Amino acid sequence: MSLKNAVEPGGAATPSVVLGQTKEMSEKTEVGRLSLGQLMFRRFLRNRMAVMSSVVLICMYLMAIFADFLAPYEYNHRSEFDILKAPQTPYFIDEFGKFSLRPFVYATTPVLDTNTFRYIHKEDTSQKYYIKLFVHGYPYKLLGFIPTDIHLFGVDEPAKLFIFGTDSNGRDLYSRILAGSRISMTMGLVGVFITIIMGASLGTVSGYYGGIVDTLMQRGIELLMSFPTVPLWAALAAIFPQDWSPVQRYFAISLILSLVGWTGLARQVRAKVLSYREMDFASSAKAIGATDSRIIFYHMLPNAFSHIIIVATLSIPGMILTETSLSFLGLGILPPATSWGALLRDAQDVSVLLNSTWLLIPTIFVIIAVLAFNFVGDGLRDAADPFAI
Amino acid sequence: MLSFLIRRFLYAIVTIFLISVIGFTIIEISPGSYLEVKIMQLEQQGTTTNEEIIESIKRRYGLDKPAHERYFIWASGFIRGDFGESFEYNQPVSELIWDRLGFTVVLSTAALLLTWLIAIPIGIYSATHQYSLGDNFATLIGLSGVSIPNFSLALVLMVLMARGFGQEVGGLYSSQYIDAPMSWDKLLDLAKHLWIPLFVIAFGGLAGLMRMMRGNLLDVLNMQYIQAARARGLPEEKVILKHGVRNAIQPLVMLLGMSLPNIISGATVVSIVLNLPTVGPLYFHSLLTRDMYLSVTFLVFLAIMLVIGNLLADLMLAWIDPRIRLD
Repeated sequence: MSLKNAVEPGGAATPSVVLGQTKEMSEKTEVGRLSLGQLMFRRFLRNRMAVMSSVVLICMYLMAIFADFLAPYEYNHRSEFDILKAPQTPYFIDEFGKFSLRPFVYATTPVLDTNTFRYIHKEDTSQKYYIKLFVHGYPYKLLGFIPTDIHLFGVDEPAKLFIFGTDSNGRDLYSRILAGSRISMTMGLVGVFITIIMGASLGTVSGYYGGIVDTLMQRGIELLMSFPTVPLWAALAAIFPQDWSPVQRYFAISLILSLVGWTGLARQVRAKVLSYREMDFASSAKAIGATDSRIIFYHMLPNAFSHIIIVATLSIPGMILTETSLSFLGLGILPPATSWGALLRDAQDVSVLLNSTWLLIPTIFVIIAVLAFNFVGDGLRDAADPFAI
Repeated sequence: MLSFLIRRFLYAIVTIFLISVIGFTIIEISPGSYLEVKIMQLEQQGTTTNEEIIESIKRRYGLDKPAHERYFIWASGFIRGDFGESFEYNQPVSELIWDRLGFTVVLSTAALLLTWLIAIPIGIYSATHQYSLGDNFATLIGLSGVSIPNFSLALVLMVLMARGFGQEVGGLYSSQYIDAPMSWDKLLDLAKHLWIPLFVIAFGGLAGLMRMMRGNLLDVLNMQYIQAARARGLPEEKVILKHGVRNAIQPLVMLLGMSLPNIISGATVVSIVLNLPTVGPLYFHSLLTRDMYLSVTFLVFLAIMLVIGNLLADLMLAWIDPRIRLD
């Protein structure tokens, strides 16, 4: 009897007796059984979109961690010579038609066009500046503690290489996007962490104890859900004193983000706990004399765990979008810190935007991050679905 | 049915009351008050501010009374229609908000109707032609609706319109029509300006609605009564529309109530970007200047809109599904 591809059902609380098998037989067929986690992982891998999106997400987080290494210029470094430069593509063929394997750029000087009062950057084609790898740039701390000044690429002064162009203060947009990714990508995680703690605990308490505690909490959740979200956030964010440090603001905003998200999670967890409460393992645990907290933390929550993770992952995109919107309105991250939403705030003026559309590039990053999280969340949900094949 | 109505109505009233308390508290505990802004203004103008003047300003704006007294005065006035006075504009709040509120309601309702009018037929098409090119395309649109932040969509559209068609965007009317009397041209201009905000607000809600409609209809079409209807010889459109859709729509009506916060929030953000005369920009500005009565009134009105919308959604649900009425 080949049980090589048999599946071990359930989590921490299922009976381990398999009908019709002696102890020797079960020990022999231990080989080849997959745990639930491994099974979910394999199902997840079959979903191509989800796997691709996880790779994209890992790349984005690596980008955030190594932001300083990947960026040629400091994100706050203003330069009055490079105002509103368009994105530069490096050249391979110079003005005489000579092909060069190494890409190069020219130095530019700003010239004020008196008709439109905008800066036109004239290129000085007399000297080529080759793009070098692993150059010395501004000093920073790799991974937060290794002092170094090596950057992935760069060009010698006075030429500059602005991959995504510059903003109205002459700051390199590419470096700013990298710096902003740190805040945009991590704030969702912090918010989701708070959401999980609040939502899971309150939902479990509400579902397990039932009665008046449950009713009160449900009414409270309905009340919270009937608040219009953006106006509420605007009011809450306006409460923050102006003199809070960026770190304090960061955590306060994460708190706001989770404030509306936890209600959905609490409802789901409550539904699960309500169904688990009636199951045999709960009543048998109670009969043995387990305390309420042990039943909740040792039996119910582990079973609901996969569900919690999925709901949490699916709420990250909403948090990223919220943080972007809040920063865009000026209620979120304030300078000198930056996030993708704050970068879009500089792109608010349509008249400036008409001539410098590259200022909208952070939007692409937001969209990619949100889409990737959505696909990964969907993939997780399909992988954990007990009714799927 | 009547008891159901009465219960929901009472819930709505209690919710509105609690929201007003919470809103008032939030604005109350925000640091800095209009008093400080006013004092700064006076000092800039050169008037010396001594104790007497400060006290008189306090009394004028009612800031000398403790918070709960102020709340009672404001709340009792609210019911009568007196929403307090705006500090900044020196006008009764009611004058400032009525036409803006009306326009917000119109815009939100129009966006809601647009979302439904587009999403439901596309959802039905997706379900009946599963995995076809149209279905995949619709799913793609739905996904982008979820992931693109609505203000950036508004910005991109504005840039496209301005670049491609040379059209002035932002605000309600182009500069030449602002003071002109109403005419067909002005109406056309209004439509040209309004389609961007309507489209942007509706786009966000399309995705979820389309996906839900598609999923629900797919589930319903697998049921046995659909098969029985087909076996009876009913034409396919009748089977799908009369039997399938009518049952599949029911959870969506429940979603109608839940999608209202999205629409109102989306309207707020978009109108701030596009500078429309709705509640959004004025509310936002009043938050920044700590114009207390204005902000709280706006917040409570937005919440009232939401509660009324939920109530209407519940009523519609009860009308469609007889099981709820007999609850």
